[in-house]
Amino acid sequence: MWGIIRQKVAAGGGSPVARIRPVVSNLRNYSSAVKQMMVREALNSALDEEMSADPKVFLMGEEVGEYQGAYKISKGLLEKYGPERVLDTPITEAGFTGIGVGAAYYGLKPVVEFMTFNFSMQAIDHIINSAAKSNYMSSGQISVPIVFRGPNGAAAGVGAQHSHCYAAWYASVPGLKVLSPYSSEDARGLLKAAIRDPDPVVFLENELLYGESFPVSAEVLDSSFCLPIGKAKIEREGKDVTITAFSKIVGLSLKAAEILAKEGISAEVINLRSIRPLDRSTINASVRKTNRLVTVEEGFPQHGVGAEICASVIEESFGYLDAPVERIAGADVPMPYAANLERMAVPQVEDIVRAAKRACYRSVPMAAAA
Amino acid sequence: MRFISESSEERIPCYRVLDDDGQPFPDSSFVKVSEGVAIKMYNDMVTLQTMDTIFYEAQRQGRISFYLTTSGEEAINIASAAAIKNDDFVVPQYREPGVLLWRGFSMQEFANQCFGNKADYGKGRQMPIHYGSNKHNYFTVSSTIATQLPHAVGAAYALKMDQKDACAVTYFGDGGTSEGDFHAALNFSAVTEAPVIFICRNNGWAISTPISDQFRSDGAVVKGRAYGVRSIRVDGNDALAIYSAVHAAREMAIGEGRPILIEALTYRVGHHTTSDDSTKYRPVDEIEWWRTTQDPVTRFRKWIESNGWWNGDIESELRSSVRKQILHALQEAEKAEKPPISDLFTDVYDVSPSNLREQEHSLRETIKKHPQDYPSNVPI
Repeated sequence: MWGIIRQKVAAGGGSPVARIRPVVSNLRNYSSAVKQMMVREALNSALDEEMSADPKVFLMGEEVGEYQGAYKISKGLLEKYGPERVLDTPITEAGFTGIGVGAAYYGLKPVVEFMTFNFSMQAIDHIINSAAKSNYMSSGQISVPIVFRGPNGAAAGVGAQHSHCYAAWYASVPGLKVLSPYSSEDARGLLKAAIRDPDPVVFLENELLYGESFPVSAEVLDSSFCLPIGKAKIEREGKDVTITAFSKIVGLSLKAAEILAKEGISAEVINLRSIRPLDRSTINASVRKTNRLVTVEEGFPQHGVGAEICASVIEESFGYLDAPVERIAGADVPMPYAANLERMAVPQVEDIVRAAKRACYRSVPMAAAA
Repeated sequence: MRFISESSEERIPCYRVLDDDGQPFPDSSFVKVSEGVAIKMYNDMVTLQTMDTIFYEAQRQGRISFYLTTSGEEAINIASAAAIKNDDFVVPQYREPGVLLWRGFSMQEFANQCFGNKADYGKGRQMPIHYGSNKHNYFTVSSTIATQLPHAVGAAYALKMDQKDACAVTYFGDGGTSEGDFHAALNFSAVTEAPVIFICRNNGWAISTPISDQFRSDGAVVKGRAYGVRSIRVDGNDALAIYSAVHAAREMAIGEGRPILIEALTYRVGHHTTSDDSTKYRPVDEIEWWRTTQDPVTRFRKWIESNGWWNGDIESELRSSVRKQILHALQEAEKAEKPPISDLFTDVYDVSPSNLREQEHSLRETIKKHPQDYPSNVPI
């Protein structure tokens, strides 16, 4: 009942390794006790293992050392690897990003942590003009094997300057790779892939996911585990409507799919995992199967990830669409603080359910006020 | 209660070795330079000066699209390059091609980059003067101002982690000290104890902005102390002073694991670039005064002549042979083919992604179908 797919895992720099992975996480059939792992722990273990395997990998950012990380992602690493490899930086995003890029030019593999990607705007010149474009501008002489990571998007009650989603910003730039994990398996596999990759990678985490636990198999826990960059994951198979999502929204989409199933709508939920490169073939194959598409994201709607997915599907699978593409995004306002307002400014499960129903030509009331 | 004054009574003194006539001051101490090194320094200064003249003219004639000169700053370029070693990482701004010249970049290689032809190491990706060469440890020039400063600190930090007997050396102008990256880099270099030499070419002008509009401090040198960085002010038109200061800085940077700031006072004799006409914002006689009486190349020549290492005949021979070489390189570079269209699509990532491979394929098909719509001098 579960299919097994032989997948090529590109361990960025190493040779591709064939991996056998179940398509659906039916791990009961594998071993007796399934381990639960928090996303925070998944990221920490991935960092630890990559730093252990390659002495060129080092971590830098505000509060990553003595404080164990603003969100405790780097807990224990300073003690284990010492201050040369876990650098507490002064408060200058522009400074430490530039320094990280310089170290990468030399040949080290920095992992630069932004306390939140909102602060990356103070360093964005270095991310775009010094990191993303360097390999091209120097015609391959300067490669930048750097990872920029940190929480992205809305948390809870942190207001406009702490809730912005940068997926669309960075994913528009050629030369960057942009990843966004959802589960602990995603967090481990994608962070390892990002660190091993010779290109600059923007790694968008989510603060609210740090404390969530997910089941992880023995394979995921192995230190050589790695996920391919550029491949989306079908979290739930379906046949009536395709829902694309990334990061926290994947969880909401799965909940929406449960609700839709009770009403006779079988939704296929795609966890993008990789925003750039976008897995257009998986998305299009799914839409060709279901004929209906709902894109969901937390970020602002104009020029968002959903806009790109919609364009891609129109370009490649126009004839297969039976309904207009539905696009769910955050409200087009800077994030308000008050809890009731904030709730209305981000997509909720009900919004996804309603959009899926509209795509299936079910009559639905206009979006509820609260 | 006592406020620290915004400026001190006296300006920070300037280290000099040679007077305006190229003779060492009686009480000056400096690092000795052998005849061989001095001759190479002079040769390279003349070559740099000649290359600038010829390439600038080539832009004026419409043969290259853009150029900027290093006129007046030849000593900073060549003497600093001579005082460091090949293993030291150079992270330039854009007015330091002399450092690359010293390390062995040929006239032909310079010309190829300016013409963006298929022999250009940059594969025609960047504007002229954006040179770069891994094998010469000279990071590719990028247009953004002062971004190279934190890069140099990062590279220096990495050199320290690797325990290499080498440092990072980075250059910037007076204008670059206003950027946030200058602050972050100096601050960081001191905190991380990185072996990096910051060389500020204070040439008085940032395009049309004079230093009086750039900062109100006593130049760049005083800023070093604010960050805990050891600093020195040097006569930038005095090749021996530059050589000694950079030599000493390198020993301290590597031996003590610390950053050093060197402010080299000089004057930008040329226009900012070929897109600028500096006579519009500064007096012509000011430019002429610096160009004639303060020329660093002339001053150094007087010194090597007084040592009996140089004379007028060798001078003419050198100038004419260098001129011929450069003209030849220019002609060859102009004739050479442009980069092939595959160079449009490579190096965006380490491994070319499928969308770019598809686009390249599609482009080739289109060119095959409509060859008359595409330039004939771009090789497929």
